[in-house]
Amino acid sequence: MCSSLRYLAPLATLVAIAVVSLGGGRETPSRLTAYVGAHIIPVTAPEIEDGVLLVKGETIAAVGKRGEVVIPENAEVIDLKGKVLFPGLVCTHSHIGKVQGGDGSSPIQPGVRVLDSIDVLDSTFEKARAGGITMANLMSGSGHLLSGQTAYLKLRDGKTIEDLAVRNEDGSMAGGIKMANGTNSIRGSGGSPGTRGKSAALVRAQFIKAQRYREKLAKGGDDPPERDLAMEALVEVLEGKRVVHHHTHRHDDIITVLRLKKEFGFKVVLHHVSEAWKVADEIAEAGVSCSIIYLDSPGGKLEARDLEWKNGAELEKRGVLTAFHTDDPINDSRWFLRSAGLAVRSGMSRQKALEAVTIAGAEMMDQAGQTGSLTAGKKADFIVLNGDPLSIYTRILETHVEGKKVFDLDNPEDKLWAEGGFGAGHRRQVSGCCFTK
Amino acid sequence: MKAILLLAVLLLPLCPASTNAQVAVQAERLYPMTGDLRPIENGVVLCGKNGRIEKVGPPGEVPIPEGYRILKAKVATPGFIDAHATVGLSGILNIDRQDQEQLEKSSPIQPELRAIDAYNGRDPLVKWVRELGITTVHTGHAPGALMAGQTMILKTNVTAITNEEKDTLRPFAMVAGTLGSDGFGGGGKSPGSRAKSLAMLREQLFKVQGHLRKRKKLEEGETAEPDLRLDALAEVLEGKVPLLVTAQRHHDIAAALRLQKEFGFRLVLDGASEAYLLLEEIKKAGVPVLVHPTMARPYGERENMTFTLAAKLHAAGIPFAFQSGYEGYVPKTRVVHFEAALAVAYGLPHEIALAGCTSAAARLLGIADRVGSLQPGLEADLALFDGDPLETVTHCIGVIINGVVVSEEVK
Repeated sequence: MCSSLRYLAPLATLVAIAVVSLGGGRETPSRLTAYVGAHIIPVTAPEIEDGVLLVKGETIAAVGKRGEVVIPENAEVIDLKGKVLFPGLVCTHSHIGKVQGGDGSSPIQPGVRVLDSIDVLDSTFEKARAGGITMANLMSGSGHLLSGQTAYLKLRDGKTIEDLAVRNEDGSMAGGIKMANGTNSIRGSGGSPGTRGKSAALVRAQFIKAQRYREKLAKGGDDPPERDLAMEALVEVLEGKRVVHHHTHRHDDIITVLRLKKEFGFKVVLHHVSEAWKVADEIAEAGVSCSIIYLDSPGGKLEARDLEWKNGAELEKRGVLTAFHTDDPINDSRWFLRSAGLAVRSGMSRQKALEAVTIAGAEMMDQAGQTGSLTAGKKADFIVLNGDPLSIYTRILETHVEGKKVFDLDNPEDKLWAEGGFGAGHRRQVSGCCFTK
Repeated sequence: MKAILLLAVLLLPLCPASTNAQVAVQAERLYPMTGDLRPIENGVVLCGKNGRIEKVGPPGEVPIPEGYRILKAKVATPGFIDAHATVGLSGILNIDRQDQEQLEKSSPIQPELRAIDAYNGRDPLVKWVRELGITTVHTGHAPGALMAGQTMILKTNVTAITNEEKDTLRPFAMVAGTLGSDGFGGGGKSPGSRAKSLAMLREQLFKVQGHLRKRKKLEEGETAEPDLRLDALAEVLEGKVPLLVTAQRHHDIAAALRLQKEFGFRLVLDGASEAYLLLEEIKKAGVPVLVHPTMARPYGERENMTFTLAAKLHAAGIPFAFQSGYEGYVPKTRVVHFEAALAVAYGLPHEIALAGCTSAAARLLGIADRVGSLQPGLEADLALFDGDPLETVTHCIGVIINGVVVSEEVK
């Protein structure tokens, strides 16, 4: 990624801590950086001409107009005149890092965690950072009714899945669960369903089993049920601790998801939702959110034939919380902002389209308190652009995650990830402490 | 009565403007795509009764005669040309043996497969691209076989090819082939390696040379026994149609250049992901490039592709054009000017990107005497926009083919 020196940075910090400790200090002084002069789009607040973003360590300390934000004397000042500051992008549905879920043995595999499969050194992570993505929901595919537990990741500069994981309050790694209906998961072999009716029946049977398991757990006493990874995950779903991310395209499949949600009471985000425009009222009434995809043409399969760009506008009209996703590799992470452009082209407001690549996705992953907008107190997840986020000519110059620059277009190695070229498909190599090319 | 109806139907494509008023386009910014490629502020285009352009210029020089229907737009360009597509062959549903006609793998070399026999002009994706401003497509057999078949060039308003000369610009435009692993036979079928691919191609082309020698020896009045395969490739070796070679890796591009040198046909490179490694060689060979879609997925043979390829080809002075290419899944068709737009973000001048889907594309395809720019006498194909045609948020608001308004959708 940047330079191999990057991995010396934490080391330097450690040395600094040691020095401070010797001097009797107790806390690491947080670095202060003031980004000055950019056009700031906080997304959850009005746009600011000639603004200041003050970052203290990992956190946004202040956002405002120049002159209104006090820049401490010891802050490093970085001039961003002519640039645009925008929140780091949040992708609710990505398949980077060679992520895998369940195998071909059965159609429902809630015990499988995708976090056990992800290659965080894969070049697709670098490309996602080059695309301005700072948080993503990594999911297994749609070939199962339930293919596994998803992983919410911050695209920090790290070497292991632990380095990148978003944590729940209890310290466990955060994520949802991936489900699917419609034709992708209808395979008709290996225990997989052959019809839509069978698909729903298989899912209901598992959730009913999980309800029983949950009752047994609640009883406690001397006879707790045996540990069952699948049931434990589904209990988390039933208790709303694990959000269902549900692949669905056709209007009738969408309604089936809403029916299952009503029966079992889980929290669900509808994904892709190609025919959302046909059942937008029902979606709004059910109070679920939608993560939709923009493709340059409809089709590619029967159930995506009626995919329409107007989905975003139709959902906005009805007040449905709507985010976009890349589904990388379906849309490369480096083109994520194009989705917002296509949404505006087809009737969505600029405001809602910009929310849909930032704060809306963060809300769907229960992380809106931490990221998704340029707001004091949130993590310093932001990107530097050379123009308006909706323009096709705009390039992403820098990506920062939690106050640390993880992508810099001026760095030749990063430029390779941003633009492609010889070697751009290769896996990032690791040797010893540091990455080498 | 029946006969009169039939006559009317037959005449319709010949005098398309006869049923409508003649059209004049008035654009705040008009891109004729001629000369230095600079736009005309407040330009006017008059479309003639014969479906051709009458006049182009600023309003002072081109007054709009009475009785013309005036279409106003922020921006107008020549109708876009998709220089390489599979639209009309690879249908929207993506179901084999129902609407996927772009590839037939029973044999690795099938130049006799004609695009005109495979095209479905009523596939919804043809309408999709037409309403976005694309008026001409070079479409046909796809990458995926050593020699997959023929391509053709036609307008996007053609729903059926009943007369191959009238309904197309070129019924047989190129023979499409693929080098590298994407062109392998699969399932144990040849070719299974790069060297075998070239051996098979060379062997086939030597046979065609033999076929041509035999033809020359024929006495006056004698005709050769028709051979669909050899006759199609004879067109290639005689220089009448180019061989379109899809090659992504640098050594596959080098192999295509080597083959071209040996047999002397007209070569058009397609995809060419790693062409940036061989700019001098491509330039020296005088070979044009149909650059892969900017948003093509960087996997497999394309893992080393760069979004800067169009800019690099332009800087090297190599003729190129943009394409939607072929997609096996979603999006089932790309949109050629969306691909051109991104190339601008990666260093290509704006007007060169527009040329890559208008005038330069027409030159590359050999149809610049008919379409691709707005000049008197050329066919009146235009696309109208409410802003910069390459910006994502801009809508196409009108499409004209042969002087007839074929779409007024705001899309």
